[in-house]
Amino acid sequence: MQVTDQKLEIAIGRMLQTGVFLAAAVVLIGGILYLHQATGPRPDYSHFKGVAEALRSPVEILSGARHGDAPSIIQRGLLLLIATPIARVILAAVGFLFERDRLYFCISLIVLAVLLFSLLHAA
Amino acid sequence: MKLVTSYRMKRLQLLPKMGGRGYNHVVPCQGMSTPEFSLWIFLSSLLAGLLGSLTGLGGGVVIVPVLTVLFHIDIHYAIGASLVSVIATSSGAAATYVREGYSNIRIGMFLEIATTVGAIFGAWLTTRVPTHAIGIIFGVVLLYSAYASVRMKEHAHQSATPVGLAARLRLAGTFPGENGPQEYAAQRVPAGFSLMLLAGSLSGLLGIGSGAVKVLAMDQAMRLPFKVSTTTSNFMIGVTAAASAGIYLSRGYISPGLVMPVMLGVLGGSLVGSKILVRAEVKTLRIVFAVVIVALGLEMVINSVTGRL
Repeated sequence: MQVTDQKLEIAIGRMLQTGVFLAAAVVLIGGILYLHQATGPRPDYSHFKGVAEALRSPVEILSGARHGDAPSIIQRGLLLLIATPIARVILAAVGFLFERDRLYFCISLIVLAVLLFSLLHAA
Repeated sequence: MKLVTSYRMKRLQLLPKMGGRGYNHVVPCQGMSTPEFSLWIFLSSLLAGLLGSLTGLGGGVVIVPVLTVLFHIDIHYAIGASLVSVIATSSGAAATYVREGYSNIRIGMFLEIATTVGAIFGAWLTTRVPTHAIGIIFGVVLLYSAYASVRMKEHAHQSATPVGLAARLRLAGTFPGENGPQEYAAQRVPAGFSLMLLAGSLSGLLGIGSGAVKVLAMDQAMRLPFKVSTTTSNFMIGVTAAASAGIYLSRGYISPGLVMPVMLGVLGGSLVGSKILVRAEVKTLRIVFAVVIVALGLEMVINSVTGRL
């Protein structure tokens, strides 16, 4: 099959949509669990304290979600959401490789490097 | 000021629970249970997503002032929730935009170098810039976006052959016109690239998609056709936001209990909005909503200056 820009973009568009709906489903499940577990008055967001350490790094979030912790499940859905644009850049890079477009393959890799730098540097 | 007051009156009628006890002195919905509070946040986000999609401003630029001005939520939590919603709406709408055949994957990818680097810089700035300054910058961006959404005019399309940097980077393409495919090429690439650095920085600093600045860069600076600019901008927003999302997460800006209703609401609202857009006459809607945005922007600047944010 010949790879064209139009086909590539349609594939990317579908992938993004699937990613978002999966992420939204995970967030919804976590959210229902979260509301079910909630007791007492709502949390106070008027002063910034930052969320618990266990909800800040991908590794900790994934281990927390395994234990059925509602906020961790929501964060897992959000991680999935953050991953979709990154997957988009990877898919585009692969597409350019198939199109034998070396210039845009390299440009995609630069964008990917910046994205990974921010994720890894942050952790 | 009159505008702000009348808007506040309307809000009081809409959300009776929040205003009853004097809105500027008491934290709204303080005594609420978590499910009740989440429902209010969800409904407001639904409306913000709808507004953002109908005006073309994006949900982020609407939800941050709603959370900070109406719900008195700290701006760091607000921009964290907004940034995540921005990724959702950008990716969620992507398939629809692609089908129209206007978006340009190469121009988008090249400019994403600028927006992602800018986004990291912007996210770094959020810890250096005082809260009230973020509020003022946000208000100004909001006012500009409202102005741009009303004033944005499609300039006449001129077919062009790429020269210089645009030729070397192949920043050109065709879009479906009335008389078959029409050719276009990017002009003034360095100016567009610089504006994209700014768009990325604003996105990272304010947790928004900054679609208005992206469209400005492509439509006004690079002279790309309007439809190409707006659809390519939508594609770029998700990648740009992902660049600062990791930093926001590690700093604790992304609070699951708050992000859950915001993200689901904004996503739902913007999906409904994009369905309405196909049918409705948007010109009048845009002007009506621009007024609401201006009111929110002014209130945000005023609150920041007086130290209430």
